[in-house]
Amino acid sequence: MSHLARGRRLKAFALVAPVAAATLILGACSNGGGGGGGGATERISQADIDKAMTTPTNLLFWTWVPDIQKEVDLFQKAYPAIKVEVVNVGQGADHYKKLRSALQAGKGAPDVAQIEFQHIQSFALGDNLLDLTPYIPEKAGDDYVEWVWNQVKSTDGTKVFGIPQDSGPVGLLYREDILKDNGIDVPATWDDFAAAAKKLHDAKPDVYLTNLPGNDMGQIVSLLWQAGVKPFGWDGDKTVTINLDSDEAKKVVGYWDNLVKEGLVSVDPDFTDAWYQGLSSGKYASWVPAAAWGPVFLQGTAGNTSGLWRAAQIPQWEAGGTATANWGGSSDAVLKSTKNPIAAAQLAWWINHDPSSTIKLANEQFLFPVTKDTLANPEFADQASEFYGGQKVNAEFAKISANVDVNFGWLPFTDYVYSAGGETLGKAIADKSDMLKGLADWQKALVDYAKQQGFTVK
Amino acid sequence: MTTLAPAGVAAPRAARRPPSPMRRRQNAAAYTFITPFVVVFLAMIVVPLVYAAYVSVFRTQLVGGTMFVGLGNYSRALTDPLFLSGVARMALFLVVQVPIMLGLALVFALLLDAGVLFLQRFVRLGIFVPYAVPSVVAALMWGYLYGPDFGPFAQLAHNLNLPPPAFLSASWMLGSIMNVVTWEYIGYNMIVMYAALRAIPSELYDAAAVDGAGRFRTAWHVKIPAIRPAILLTAIFSVIGSFQLFNEPNIMRTLSPNVIGTAYTPNLYAYNLAFVNRETNYAAAIAFLLGLVIMVVSYVVQLSGQRKGDAR
Repeated sequence: MSHLARGRRLKAFALVAPVAAATLILGACSNGGGGGGGGATERISQADIDKAMTTPTNLLFWTWVPDIQKEVDLFQKAYPAIKVEVVNVGQGADHYKKLRSALQAGKGAPDVAQIEFQHIQSFALGDNLLDLTPYIPEKAGDDYVEWVWNQVKSTDGTKVFGIPQDSGPVGLLYREDILKDNGIDVPATWDDFAAAAKKLHDAKPDVYLTNLPGNDMGQIVSLLWQAGVKPFGWDGDKTVTINLDSDEAKKVVGYWDNLVKEGLVSVDPDFTDAWYQGLSSGKYASWVPAAAWGPVFLQGTAGNTSGLWRAAQIPQWEAGGTATANWGGSSDAVLKSTKNPIAAAQLAWWINHDPSSTIKLANEQFLFPVTKDTLANPEFADQASEFYGGQKVNAEFAKISANVDVNFGWLPFTDYVYSAGGETLGKAIADKSDMLKGLADWQKALVDYAKQQGFTVK
Repeated sequence: MTTLAPAGVAAPRAARRPPSPMRRRQNAAAYTFITPFVVVFLAMIVVPLVYAAYVSVFRTQLVGGTMFVGLGNYSRALTDPLFLSGVARMALFLVVQVPIMLGLALVFALLLDAGVLFLQRFVRLGIFVPYAVPSVVAALMWGYLYGPDFGPFAQLAHNLNLPPPAFLSASWMLGSIMNVVTWEYIGYNMIVMYAALRAIPSELYDAAAVDGAGRFRTAWHVKIPAIRPAILLTAIFSVIGSFQLFNEPNIMRTLSPNVIGTAYTPNLYAYNLAFVNRETNYAAAIAFLLGLVIMVVSYVVQLSGQRKGDAR
């Protein structure tokens, strides 16, 4: 070995060693749960990312998005050294139960998990999520619709807990044939909606203008959101705001209480066999509020109604308004317990940011996109759906998505919020009893629970 | 292996003598045989129970961490309307469903024993088969049968221009679940009773025949008292099972989420407390209290089932 070569080796080593050391130290920082945010906001260098992405790694990904293997395959093609195992542990509540159990047990938790917007804060409370800020480009947020990016940030705005995957801006999905046959115009305001409900039900007692389920608090919350109600807040520490008994909330609930009491809307639980059959048989003339991902569910059992549905803006409280809300929508988050933070962060980032992946999610899995360029992509926006009789539904919902109120907070225990809601307000809906009392009971249940768990309630 | 120790003097001497090699071998063999059971019993039953008891005397809050609260969770459970109403509901379930189910099982067992039915084996198997069906499958199947839109009863009612029977409504739900549980377990109880009936010594029948007893009187005065222990056994199992009801309400909950609340049965309540409300400590306390309730009721059932003077 010549003297020169040895010198070069030494120089090379001198260059690599500090980088390696820095990677180890930074890795230790994020693995060791250094949640304080101080040192962890240093961006990981591209060199470290490249190094991690070329080291053979196995990642575990828990998600219930159907056929997400397609996007994962694209990711694995881009980074052949990373092997991703996709597991569906259940949908919604079941998934969160298993995730929490795994986190509490300290083992079995995945590297990346799908977490809906409304649950992000509850995992942030337990300090379970990795702050992704060091792993993504600095201006990452600019690529996403503003209110969506707000949903995945910590309450103080300094950390990013997940990469948004899809959203559910709500609109009105209606059966054009039923409305036309009964001489009903598409309602633009809630007053119009109530009048239309009466007209329809009087003419056809077997048909309801829409269904208000008692088991779906996500839908109810979106109705409140659309009216400008902001019932939930958390300061990231020990104080929560619970304000379900505001006047606006009472206005919304009182409105639906009237419709239910007069028998103008049905109260069947949703996403059950009976409900799908109701959609298919024309028992419900519309689905409101229906999220942008709604059409996916209409294509299965209700597939025989293809061509008869149209999408429109959700009825407004004030004529000429454009207020709307969000229902559902998920992100992919990285759990702090992961042993491969860089690779896991890249998985979450790539699947939900790379254009080839996001357009697939939008067009093949009908997830409503949240990246600005996918929303603007003509491949997505100009899709004329046969199910909607040729209407360009995506463009319609994209318009709606732009109007969602930017700031909507959640409590850090959404599982309980929804469960308590079902027991109080939901039960009142299903029993057709006093919904305003149900709302008050829900408020009380949440306040009691928060106090019991040690929060200060405002 | 009780040794007859003559009183006083001999006993201490016997205690001091070490066991003979053969006795030692027998003891060792005995211990070896029961070791697997003991290991599994300790690991799967005792350790979790002890851990649950330990967990139940603490409280973990989302904010503020874990603290020792002694019997605080228990006193909270005793005044918790959700827990108490769940227990009351199960008591009602018990009082209605268990007598019906055991009564029917007894009748079937007596009929089979009397040999008056055609196709004995087939009937026996047919009544027993529902027990072989996993309870989740059974609940799903009955959920479909009860369905207000597409279940066969609903369709029949529709054809007769009647409103569909509201099996899954709030007022009928408990009855619907009782029906499912009866259907599932009647076969098992019947088999237990039938086996006991087969073991009755035939002298009793001869004596009854001599006394001029017909079939019904034989059944009432000879057979039923003779299988009293078996009936008691099935009664206690049914009591325990009805308080622990979980599978059927949990499945029905997806069909009627607003009828079956999170606390419909105490077991369901404990489950939701642990996994939705994240109050695992309170859930453990509820589970222990439920166990206590079951023990008390079982004991009462056992006492009332014993004749005066039964040395048991």
